[in-house]
Amino acid sequence: MSTSTKIANKPALVVGIALILVAILTAYDASTMNIRSGYGVGPNATSYLVAGILAILGFSHLPVALKRMDGDVPSADWKAVGLVGLALASLIICIAMGGGFVLGSALLFAFTARAFGRTRFIADFAIGVVIGFLIFLLFNKLLSLSLPVGPLERLF
Amino acid sequence: MEVFSLLIDGFSGALTPMNLLFAAIGVFLGTAVGVLPGIGPALTVALLLPITFRMDPAGSLIMFAGIYYGGMYGGSTTAILLNTPGEAASVVTAVEGNQMARQGRGGPALATAAIGSFVAALVATIGLAFLSPYMVKVAVRFGPWDYFGLMLIAFVTVSATFGASPLRGLTSLAVGLWLGLIGIDQLTGQARLTYGVPQLLDGIEVTTLAVGIFALGECLFVASRNLIAPEKPIPVKGSVWMSREDWKRSWKPWLRGTAIGFPIGALPAGGAEVPTFLSYNIERKLATKPEEFGHGAIEGVAGPEAANNASAAGTLIPLLTLGLPTSATAAVMLAGFQQYNIQPGPLLFAQHADLVWALIASLFIANVMLLVLNLPLVGLWVKLLAIPLPWLYAGILVFATMGTIAANPSVVELLLLVGFGLLGFLMRRYDYPIAPAIVGLILGPLAELALRRSLQISQGDPMILFQHWSSATMIGIAVIALIVPYLFKGLSRMGADED
Repeated sequence: MSTSTKIANKPALVVGIALILVAILTAYDASTMNIRSGYGVGPNATSYLVAGILAILGFSHLPVALKRMDGDVPSADWKAVGLVGLALASLIICIAMGGGFVLGSALLFAFTARAFGRTRFIADFAIGVVIGFLIFLLFNKLLSLSLPVGPLERLF
Repeated sequence: MEVFSLLIDGFSGALTPMNLLFAAIGVFLGTAVGVLPGIGPALTVALLLPITFRMDPAGSLIMFAGIYYGGMYGGSTTAILLNTPGEAASVVTAVEGNQMARQGRGGPALATAAIGSFVAALVATIGLAFLSPYMVKVAVRFGPWDYFGLMLIAFVTVSATFGASPLRGLTSLAVGLWLGLIGIDQLTGQARLTYGVPQLLDGIEVTTLAVGIFALGECLFVASRNLIAPEKPIPVKGSVWMSREDWKRSWKPWLRGTAIGFPIGALPAGGAEVPTFLSYNIERKLATKPEEFGHGAIEGVAGPEAANNASAAGTLIPLLTLGLPTSATAAVMLAGFQQYNIQPGPLLFAQHADLVWALIASLFIANVMLLVLNLPLVGLWVKLLAIPLPWLYAGILVFATMGTIAANPSVVELLLLVGFGLLGFLMRRYDYPIAPAIVGLILGPLAELALRRSLQISQGDPMILFQHWSSATMIGIAVIALIVPYLFKGLSRMGADED
């Protein structure tokens, strides 16, 4: 844990500051609204209310940040988290670049399996392609929902 | 009585081959996701929403209800054989159930859980059928101020009463309320917090939040914790049937668990895990052999399992009659109704009577199906636990993102999904509950509508909320529920995470 004596619970401090920032953002957004309601309260009243709740909760986090945490935050395997992030990023990039659903899903499957300790990337990628094709055929042929089409899907 | 003829009509609607098939798919999927770690009924319904968008409303709602009931059955299997509860309502079951399995009494533990769930769901569904018409009669007289009061109670009980700490629960709720602000205001057309992004004008989809925060969040969290080796399931040895003594020791806890679970589920009191804790404590106090508790007492499995199923059925009363979801699964099911432009509430029973009664009838059918699926076929479900974790979670992610890609194939929507996944991961890591955020997102805009309609009627005077005794009482209850946990610190320690 940190050696700092003043702030014993850094996550609580971060959450508190984040909540206050979101509250300011929300209140500013409400102040720029120009549509007014004829009766009762306008749409910005709810924004101010939520901003107020967020601010109260944010300031309530600050005294918590000075106290010691009840339990330690568990240690994390950041490499694995990063791999899942890479898996999701490769899916989004694949969809955005027109690579299609099957390729994106296969990359997602293979990288995620790797994050959970699998080492046979090519085999997992192949499984991902098969699953992706099965879902694609089910969706596009049976349920008439359209999944994004890329070079692999055009073969069918 | 009128209810009987309505129920008979309901059965004739539910017993068509298509609806029976949907119920069967629902209970099958529900049991599977209940057994598998990492996915619960709320996530499963959220994943299926985009797929069922074009299907018949009655069929898919029957399927969702089957998933809901099935998830409650399936969770007990994992809790007993693996000591890792598939969902939060089974946390207590794991305490005694896993001890029983270790002593070679896994069979009777599974049996008392399944039969107890059946008895509880049967009694509670009868309660649902008979109480709902009365609730509707009360609810048609509700004004917007009453709805606002009810929603306040739901907000407070879901987030503050039984969470790890009220501050964390309320923070989670506020995140949901804030997300609910995004998009076009329903009354005036004013855009809020959209920053010129056209995809945000329609607001945040409940399914995107639920799938991101549950599936992606859970996956990231498990990946970060996968350094620890997973537990191996304990094989079921000997007979799955219960002895005469097991029956004798089980039937009272079943009924007591039902009596505790149903009212707590039916009131907007939040969560299926609360009644399981209460039931466990009561059974421990009443037990003839209290020394067995902690070492595999069958009462400690029978009572809580009945309680969680009864509360699941009870939750459907405020959902169907008031449009008020009090759990994450109920919130996602409300989104399921809304995608067909069906708004649950008192009018549902007038405008879609055939659909509601077919749904209630199909709950009875699903319950019978679940008993069959869970007693003789329990070995099949245990095999599901043999799927290697890397493939299980990789598969969950493929299915999770697939729903979003099919419904709304935009990069913005996928980025939102990943953002919510990151949020879910951080909330799990720093121990913030998740259900309040989902309930906040779906109930927030409804509460806003109720509040602003009240203020329109009163021409801006907020005292209208206190001039009606009904809404004043409900706001009072909400305030008391917010303060009580600070008075009884011990009570709030009971909390666990949610489904």
